[in-house]
This record gives sequence, C-alpha cells and structure tokens, in this order.
Amino acid sequence: MDAKKSQKIAFGVLLATTLAVVLPVLFIIMIIIKEGITAINWRFLTTMPSNGMRSGGIFPAIVGTIYLVLLSVAIALPVGVMAAIYLNEYAKDNILTRIIKLSIVNLAGVPSVVYGLFGLGLFVIFLKFGVCLLSGALTLAIMELPVIITTSKEALSTVPLSFREVSLSLGVSRWQTIRYAVLPHALPGIMTGTILSISRIAGETAPILFTAAAFYLPRLPGSLFDQIMVLPYHLFIISTQIPNMPSKSTYGTALVLLILVLMMNFTAIVVRTYFRMNKKW
Amino acid sequence: MPAKNKHVITTEKLNLFYGDFQALRDIDLAVSSHRITAVIGPSGCGKSTLLRVFNRINDIVEGVRITGKVFHGSDDIYGPDADVDSIRKRIGMVFQRPNPFPLSVYENVVFGLRIHGRVDKSVLDGIVEESLKSVLLWEELKDRLNRSALNLSLEQKQRLCIARSVAVKPDIILLDEPCSTLDPMATLKIEELMVELKTKYTIIIVTHNMQQAARVSDDTGFMLLGDLVEFGKTSQIFTSPKEKMTEDYITGRFG
Repeated sequence: MDAKKSQKIAFGVLLATTLAVVLPVLFIIMIIIKEGITAINWRFLTTMPSNGMRSGGIFPAIVGTIYLVLLSVAIALPVGVMAAIYLNEYAKDNILTRIIKLSIVNLAGVPSVVYGLFGLGLFVIFLKFGVCLLSGALTLAIMELPVIITTSKEALSTVPLSFREVSLSLGVSRWQTIRYAVLPHALPGIMTGTILSISRIAGETAPILFTAAAFYLPRLPGSLFDQIMVLPYHLFIISTQIPNMPSKSTYGTALVLLILVLMMNFTAIVVRTYFRMNKKW
Repeated sequence: MPAKNKHVITTEKLNLFYGDFQALRDIDLAVSSHRITAVIGPSGCGKSTLLRVFNRINDIVEGVRITGKVFHGSDDIYGPDADVDSIRKRIGMVFQRPNPFPLSVYENVVFGLRIHGRVDKSVLDGIVEESLKSVLLWEELKDRLNRSALNLSLEQKQRLCIARSVAVKPDIILLDEPCSTLDPMATLKIEELMVELKTKYTIIIVTHNMQQAARVSDDTGFMLLGDLVEFGKTSQIFTSPKEKMTEDYITGRFG
C-alpha cells in the first residue's frame, strides 16, 4: 500500500473514532430533549409533585438541589482554598506534606457510594445530625475537596514568583503578600475549579442517598436539619419505584438536571475565558 | 555625625549555603551611605545571592543557611530580634526583569503603602507624584496614572518598579542587574537616574556589565566563586587592581 493511501485510511479511522466519542453525547442530549421538552412548563418547574409524583411539578427537588449544592460549596470552598494556600505557599517538602498530597489524590479516587456510607456513619449517626440537608452538604463537601484543592493549588502556582518577591521586598508580610499579591491573581482559576466541582456533584446520587434525600416531601426544607428532595435522587425514584410514571415527566426531570449542570459548566467556561483575555503576564 | 561615608551595610565573615553548596565564602564588606556600590563578577559568582542577603529575600528559598553577621547601620539583620518586614521596608529591591503588577500605574506605586495602612487619598496622591518625579516618570505618565502598567515600555516599567520601591521610603535600594533586559539607550537613562538617586539613597547594584560599573559606581567589589576578591574605590579597581584575578577579569581575560 502506498503512503498516501495508508494515510487516508489512518485519518479516516481517527475521524471515525473521534465521532464515536461525540455521538453518544449528542444522542443523550437529543433523546432527553425530544422526550422531555414537552413536560417542561412553568407549572412543572414551580409546583409540588402530586398524585404519588405522577403529576404536578418538581419544584422541591430543584430547590433542594440548589440548597444542597450551595451549602456544600460554602463549606468546601474556604477549607479547600486554605488547604491549597498552605500546600502551595507554606508547606515544606517533608513527610507530612507528602502524606497530605497522597491523601488528596486518594480522596479523589474514592467511589461516591463510599462517601455516602461514610456520611451516614459520621454525620447522620455518630454526630446525630440525622438524614438532612446538613449531612448531605457535608458529605458532598468532602467529595468536592480534592477538586477544589487541586485546582486552587494549580491556580496559585501559576502566579509568578516575582509577584511574591516584589511584595516581600516592599516590606509586606508573607500573609499580606498572599492576601494581596497572590490570591487576587489566582481567583479566576479558583472560581473555575469551584464551578466545575459544583457541576460534578450536582448530579451525584450515591453520596446523598443515605444522608440527605427524601422520597417525597410535601413542603420545602425549612432548616439545615430537614430532609430534602433532590433532582438526581428524584429521577432515580420516578424511573424505578413508581409504577405508571408518565415517561415525559421522567425525561423532563432529566432535562432540568442536565440543563442545570450544563449551565454551570458554561458559566465556568465564560469566567475562564473572560479572565484569560485580561491576563497579560 | 556626618551622614556621608557612614557604613550602612556591613558584613562580617558572611557565609551562605544552599543545602550543601556554599555560595558565599567569608564575605567582609562595608557599604558607604549615599554612594553607588557595584558588585561585579562572572555569572554564578554569588553576587546576586549577596545582594539578596541584604534584604533577606533569600529567606524564601528552601534550604538556605547563613553564618556570620550582616548589619544595617548597627542593627543585626539576622539577629534574633530582627523584624524581617521592617528591614525590607528600609532596604528596597529592584529586580532584573521589570515586573510591575498587572494593575494601574497608580496602584503599582501605592501597592506597599496601601498594605502598610496608608489609605488617605491625598497622602497617596502626593507620594505617587513624588515617587514618579524621583524616577523622572511623572511628566510622561501624569495623565495616564490609571492605565495598566503592563502597557509601558520596558524602560518605563523598570523606572516604575524603582518608583514602587522608593514609595515606601527605604534608605537603601538594591538593584539586581536592573538593565540586563534593556537596550543601550534605556540603560544609559537608568544609569543617569541612579546617579540622581544617590543623593537621597544608598545604592547597591549587581551587574555583569563592567562598563556600567565603571560608569556609575563609586565603589566596586569583584566576586569570584563566592569570594569577594577585591573591594575598593571604582577608580582604583578599574585602573590599578591589587589582585591578579581582578585585573584578568576587568581586562576581559575571562568572564
């Protein structure tokens, strides 16, 4: 076979495999939109489920998901960023630091259902929070930590060393240097990482299964110690536990979840692009 | 006490190690006030390391160890009571590459002041004008104070960096090869500025450019492999060096 022909074949195979990656994504989105779009209307988004969830809306699940995600980020972000600052700015290369770094890597590899069991054991039972918003948010926060720490550390390490040197050389203390000469320039990277971690946990079911999620609630959560309805768990229930569930509601719920997550990813991309355009060092 | 010819920086048997590597060997040096002291020598001789000892910026490098003494006036800057931040306030530094923050010209100049708690607008305005005037940048930039400092020319950036150091009112300014990224014309202008600045500040400059040392400095030290080989008046070092090594270096036999 001559070189040109084999090149054509090789490129053809490469293109085909690449398309094979794109196709499932397109199919998923297409099917969900096609089946679910008719379910989506103002009533579906803003009312309580009724008739054993077969009709009515998914309002409490949307609200629950947003509460859960925001609370978990509010917990994980400060902890994660401070850990990243410690690791990137202060930590010397010693045994302790290596153990911490190894733990972070391993934390990222723990299966999500294990987080769920851990949350059940620690927050729900041992700390007696019960199955509630707080337990779920704490469980998800632990799950987010590795992503937030890793991306924040990355963002901090891209701030040039010269910023630190200049600031220190002006008699600015080390902490003030981090606060005023490093952190502001790392913020876009930290934000991007955080938004991505949100979109990752927004769709998680296993960690909240035993820690936060309720099968059905006729009202919105009123405190941190209330159970909540959440979109991914609601989707699991209506697709497996409820007989005679109209499929358009199932797909409609999936569509809402998908849009929520895609919106967050999109925001992350916008934030990153905006700051990259303005970054000049 | 006369301000001139007083020693503002003195080192006694200064040794510095990066891990196992000894970068400075038994340095004894006395820098006089309101003069320009140049430290010359081939790359890797330890001249930048020596400069970075004076404001303790080497502290941020892991594994650095220092023996001997360094005095700023009569203060032992590596002593147990030394306050690193206030030492650095009094001993400013300008780096090799012009490195303004990605902020406006104004915010660059007041960066240190703001953090040190000076926030009164009229005070800051005054210091910005004074600092930019002292580096001869005020006329060029007075209408562009709120523009990004990143859009300035290299020479303007380096002047701005000097102004940023001057703004916190140090009494010594350390210059670490400040012209190595500049073209000859810009270099000449920065050199003129140094001569201007020595009326108010003591200047220590590290340079690999011997002509520069000869042009601007009053005193010169020649370093080689971590040793301070010779130190004296610039006119003497460049015309009748005492050491063979110094003569070989300044006549271009190596380096």
